[in-house]
Amino acid sequence: MRRPKKYEAGEATQYISRRAALRKLQLSLNDFRRLCILKGVYPREPKHRRRAQKGSSEIKVLYHTKDIRFLLHESIVWTLRDYKIFAKKSNRDRAIKDFRNLKRRLALFPEIKLDHIVKERYPTFIDALKDLDDCLTLLFLFSTFPSLHLIPREQSNLCRRLTIEFLHYVIASKSLRKVFISIKGYYFQAEIKGQKVTWIVPHYYPFKPQSRQEVDFKVMSIFVEFYTIMLGFTNFRLFHGLNLAYPPQFPSSVLQDSEESLKDEASFVSDRIAALNFELLRTDKVQEDEEELDIDMELLEQDGDSKRIIKMKQEAQEVSRLRTLFKGLKFFINREVPREPLVILIRSFGGKVSWDSSVFAGSAYDESDETITHQIVDRPSLATQYISRDYVQPQWLFDCVNQRQLLPTNKYFLGEKLPPHLSPFVDSKRDTYIPPEEKALLDPSLIETHAQSDDDSEDEAEKEEEETVDQELLDAQLQLAYQQETAEYKKYGGPDGVNEDEEDPEEDDEEDDDDDEEEEEEVDEKTKRLQQEKQKMSVQSGKVHKVNKRQVHKAEVDEHRLQARMVKPRHRNLFRKLIREKQTKEKEEWLLRKKRRTIEAGEKEARKTAKREARKEAAAAAAKASKLGK
Amino acid sequence: MTKKIHLKRKGKEAEPTNEVATSSEASENEEEEDLLQAVKDPGEDSTDDEGIDQEYHSDSSEELEFESDEEGNYLGRKQSSSAEDDDDEEQSSDEEEDESADSEEKDEVSASTSKKIQPEEKPSSSTSSGATKKGAATKELPKRESQSKPEYQDSDTSDEEDIRNTVGNIPMHWYDEYKHIGYDWDAKKIVKPPQGDQIDEFLRKIEDPDFWRTVKDPLTGQDVRLTDEDIALIKRIVSGRIPNKDHEEYEPWIEWFTSEVEKMPIKNVPDHKRSFLPSVSEKKRVSRMVHALKMGWMKTTEEVQREKQAKRGPKFYMLWETDTAREHMRRIHDPVSAPKRDLPGHAESYNPPPEYLFDAKETKEWLKLKDEPHKRKLHFMPQKFKSLREVPAYSRYLRERFLRCLDLYLCPRAKRVKLNIDAEYLIPKLPSPLWEIATGRCIRTIETDEVVRCVAWCPNPKLSIIAVATGNRLLLVNPKVGDKVLVKKTDDLLAEAPSQDVIESERIKTAVQWSNAEADEQEKGVRVVITHFKPIRQVTWHGRGDYLATVMPEGANRSALIHQLSKRRSQIPFSKSKGLIQFVLFHPVKPCFFVATQHNIRIYDLVKQELVKKLLTNSKWISGMSIHPKGDNLLVSTYDKKMLWFDLDLSTKPYQTMRLHRNAVRSVAFHLRYPLFASGSDDQAVIVSHGMVYNDLLQNPLIVPLKKLQTHEKRDEFGVLDVNWHPVQPWVFSTGADCTIRLYT
Repeated sequence: MRRPKKYEAGEATQYISRRAALRKLQLSLNDFRRLCILKGVYPREPKHRRRAQKGSSEIKVLYHTKDIRFLLHESIVWTLRDYKIFAKKSNRDRAIKDFRNLKRRLALFPEIKLDHIVKERYPTFIDALKDLDDCLTLLFLFSTFPSLHLIPREQSNLCRRLTIEFLHYVIASKSLRKVFISIKGYYFQAEIKGQKVTWIVPHYYPFKPQSRQEVDFKVMSIFVEFYTIMLGFTNFRLFHGLNLAYPPQFPSSVLQDSEESLKDEASFVSDRIAALNFELLRTDKVQEDEEELDIDMELLEQDGDSKRIIKMKQEAQEVSRLRTLFKGLKFFINREVPREPLVILIRSFGGKVSWDSSVFAGSAYDESDETITHQIVDRPSLATQYISRDYVQPQWLFDCVNQRQLLPTNKYFLGEKLPPHLSPFVDSKRDTYIPPEEKALLDPSLIETHAQSDDDSEDEAEKEEEETVDQELLDAQLQLAYQQETAEYKKYGGPDGVNEDEEDPEEDDEEDDDDDEEEEEEVDEKTKRLQQEKQKMSVQSGKVHKVNKRQVHKAEVDEHRLQARMVKPRHRNLFRKLIREKQTKEKEEWLLRKKRRTIEAGEKEARKTAKREARKEAAAAAAKASKLGK
Repeated sequence: MTKKIHLKRKGKEAEPTNEVATSSEASENEEEEDLLQAVKDPGEDSTDDEGIDQEYHSDSSEELEFESDEEGNYLGRKQSSSAEDDDDEEQSSDEEEDESADSEEKDEVSASTSKKIQPEEKPSSSTSSGATKKGAATKELPKRESQSKPEYQDSDTSDEEDIRNTVGNIPMHWYDEYKHIGYDWDAKKIVKPPQGDQIDEFLRKIEDPDFWRTVKDPLTGQDVRLTDEDIALIKRIVSGRIPNKDHEEYEPWIEWFTSEVEKMPIKNVPDHKRSFLPSVSEKKRVSRMVHALKMGWMKTTEEVQREKQAKRGPKFYMLWETDTAREHMRRIHDPVSAPKRDLPGHAESYNPPPEYLFDAKETKEWLKLKDEPHKRKLHFMPQKFKSLREVPAYSRYLRERFLRCLDLYLCPRAKRVKLNIDAEYLIPKLPSPLWEIATGRCIRTIETDEVVRCVAWCPNPKLSIIAVATGNRLLLVNPKVGDKVLVKKTDDLLAEAPSQDVIESERIKTAVQWSNAEADEQEKGVRVVITHFKPIRQVTWHGRGDYLATVMPEGANRSALIHQLSKRRSQIPFSKSKGLIQFVLFHPVKPCFFVATQHNIRIYDLVKQELVKKLLTNSKWISGMSIHPKGDNLLVSTYDKKMLWFDLDLSTKPYQTMRLHRNAVRSVAFHLRYPLFASGSDDQAVIVSHGMVYNDLLQNPLIVPLKKLQTHEKRDEFGVLDVNWHPVQPWVFSTGADCTIRLYT
């Protein structure tokens, strides 16, 4: 038997470089990239790079041989080749100006079919949901794009259509869980069939011309090509799961025969769909069955009450509360507020919403409607205001959703300085820095104390300042009285005087030798006493304790360090890394805390000075008034 | 080949030459053939461009012929070149003859003349026809002038021919580099009129009142003065009126075809019957279409359009039947799903808590790392906005999405086990229950005269003795701790010396002397003193407590001694020294003797009197060693800060090397009962460690440092010299360079 040569077996045969893959597939790099994106084939990191690259140590892009062989049997490879042929032929027609042939050929453009790839990449529906994050984020971005060289208008229109459909599903299923306004865009997190799907809707208007090396729209466009198909199928299944008609339609009640609707029904409907403000046509007659959830709860109750089940139960209750958070509330969105994200928010938690009819189609009621409970405003002041409603800033909605309860609106009023907007995605049980606002959220008892403590402490501080002068006066008076008293006492003498003398040396011994000398000198009893008292004040048992603590701490650290020496040599680097990470984390936490402290101190100072000045002014005004009165 | 060309040319040039022939004055009598002949004539014209033309010719003759036909100018040249071709010469001459046979006259007309003919003709023909030809504006002007204004001719110095353009309608810049423009009848160069420089022009501008109406004719290079008529014409053209002022725009309309119906038909043929009947064939065709529409075979354009529209977008259907069922299908090998993107923290909020915003220092640092963005603490700069309205689009959003796309298809993926452990986890843990060595308090201090080198407890539980090596003397001390009966008993045992019945050799006698302690030392607890001939470095007990061995490094071949306590006598086991002996040790169970030299440790069998094993420490200088009470594990301390744990069954190399001390380790000691060992070092620390040896041979020993006792004082770079354990209690003795023995419980 022939002895196998080096790199003829094992890891070297498992991986194939990109060049070799191109040669094997007979494709150009562009086509290969397209194929990889569509099929979801990615390079692999070998266990041992040197061995996988047949001895060369430079870093190459390596694919799994099996993946490349898998691509070899893909039908769209032929479509890609057809593209090439098509381009050649149509270019020829164009060159010889054979437009008849060209037209015939254009009609036979080889369409790429991706359905089977979706099925292949996502064997189960849940898999598709797991991978929905990137898909949604990219499609939401593309839905805002203008028609570009590499992105046809059809593509961005399709993106828009599909994302709107998905939002309809989110609203209808009430699966939204968390929302967040970031500087990058609006983060939404929905829970669909147990999977957490997070997507970003960019702030308007995200498109900016980009240089080629910064952003290659061609690559993104290929991604979008696949993602549109995937989201389409996902939407189809999601809509059917809710018994909604898939290309979303409205029940006839919504489509009243008005002039507008009769003019161009298709565009009228698509406008209303984009408005996200109407219920969609259902394929079944049954409306809203919340019983399902209740049954689940009962089942849970039967199972008993282990900790996990209790937790789940709580979670379920909380979610059910969240789903009806805005129920019965009527919102009106002012024109300066971004409409779409807020409509999603309000509608998926059961609220009713409308906007000015000139902003977008599909508004349900006017601003003058008296039953509106909240108006979302994002401007410093408003000319006409209704007493019957709350004028709140948009952050109120987001914070309400994240805390799963209706917050008091007073902090979010028109023109008010907003409290910080916290991210709902951070783990509340983490060991890094937690800002005081979040702490207050976690522990409701802290809310008031935190809020009040500022004012209280401030007031106290002020009071102290005010009272210091009085206090000093009072002290001086008391001292005087006391001295008089002791002097009298000395004059007349008393039985307890001896005892007192006995006590003194003990204490003095403990403290200082100087006192002994002082004692030898004949000092007035009065001063001695004072001194005694001072000493009593100065003697602090805590001092000894402190030293102990430090020692104990030091011993602990020492011991820990000793033990750390025994970490196995193969873990030593890891251990050091972990320790370093821990230290940086601690440092960061410390830094944030320090910053917060300085900021708060500065604020307090500013407020105090402002108040003082105000008071001074008031006093001056009063003085003036009194003068005038005289 | 050339023949073909001729034929072609004949056909094509028929028209222009015709015209020329009819209207020309100079060559009136010439016929078509003549002209062609003239054109063909090879002998005359040999222009500068010959060479180039020849190349042209050899390359692709046919194309060139085509061009020449159209323009006419090329003719001569082309022909000449073709004639000069050696191969074609004969043929062409033959043809010439053929052609010449047709024509009577055979003038010597050069190619240049043939060129000259055209422009000459044109004016004349145009005068005759009165109509403007192509390119008329420029060509007409000189002609008119010449007719209407004789003084113009006078002013012009050259003869009439000079004025004319002999080169034809070619881009005149071809002649820019030459001094002439074309050739006259006599094949002489027509010299360009002198072209003054700017100064001349300026002077003319001032002097000549007609300067404004003087124009340069690009074809001839002559200055031409425009007449009043010309100017009027130009004005009319510029103002957008009809150039001919004689043309009547609003002349009365003559109605040729009236709207009035005449009584009588203009033509007297009656209409055919089929013009009154519906077409049958059309009816058939329409009915067929209607049927096709009904049957759905044919579609209206609207329907087709709609279908096309519907066909264009993707179709969606129920791709997955259930949520979790998976259809068997060939899929990508060993799929690794891409990790999701990190979710945003508080810092990314549009309105974050104030501490998350960067201060000046952080901003500076963030900006400084522009070239290495991965080193930044955050990949974005936190910002705070007063209200949602003010939040702009994130400038790097597109880029971020693009990078994510790149990650998805270009980033190599592999499955990795992510270690999510605490650092504490890597530290070996103590098995519980843990006994207590909570307090490290000194109970008793025994002062000695000289530097204490070594202390050793008697392992016999019935005796309470410590062997203390100070200077040359080995002291057997009763520490007076523990059972009083035991203390008493020990005192009694050591009080009387047993009778010596064996005669000692001279070698031993000179080395060792036994004696009882003196009174003052007795008070401290010292009972027996063994005086050696050299300073004792170390003392060690045999497991039974009867034998003890001492080491005197300076003793050469007598450096190791073994003493028997019960008989109060000594032996010297080695006759030859194998190196500088540092330390000796008895095996607790087997009759083995461990001898540590500077680098290695040798194990001797005392019964067979032979070397059993040699342990390689790989260290510079061994200071001490200790054996585990079970006898399988040996602990060695070295001066290079290390402690080595040998598993005697495993190998001759250390199982574990511990670097616990910051300075040279002086000594180590195992506890007899507990899984403890202690080590003393020059960094004044005694470290008590947990060293569990399991009965299960497969389980490796567990070693955890427990406590660092640092009470000794430093003296001349020396700290703790030796440590040892109480045989039963977890009490540690330590001797230090500060002349104290300390007992830790």
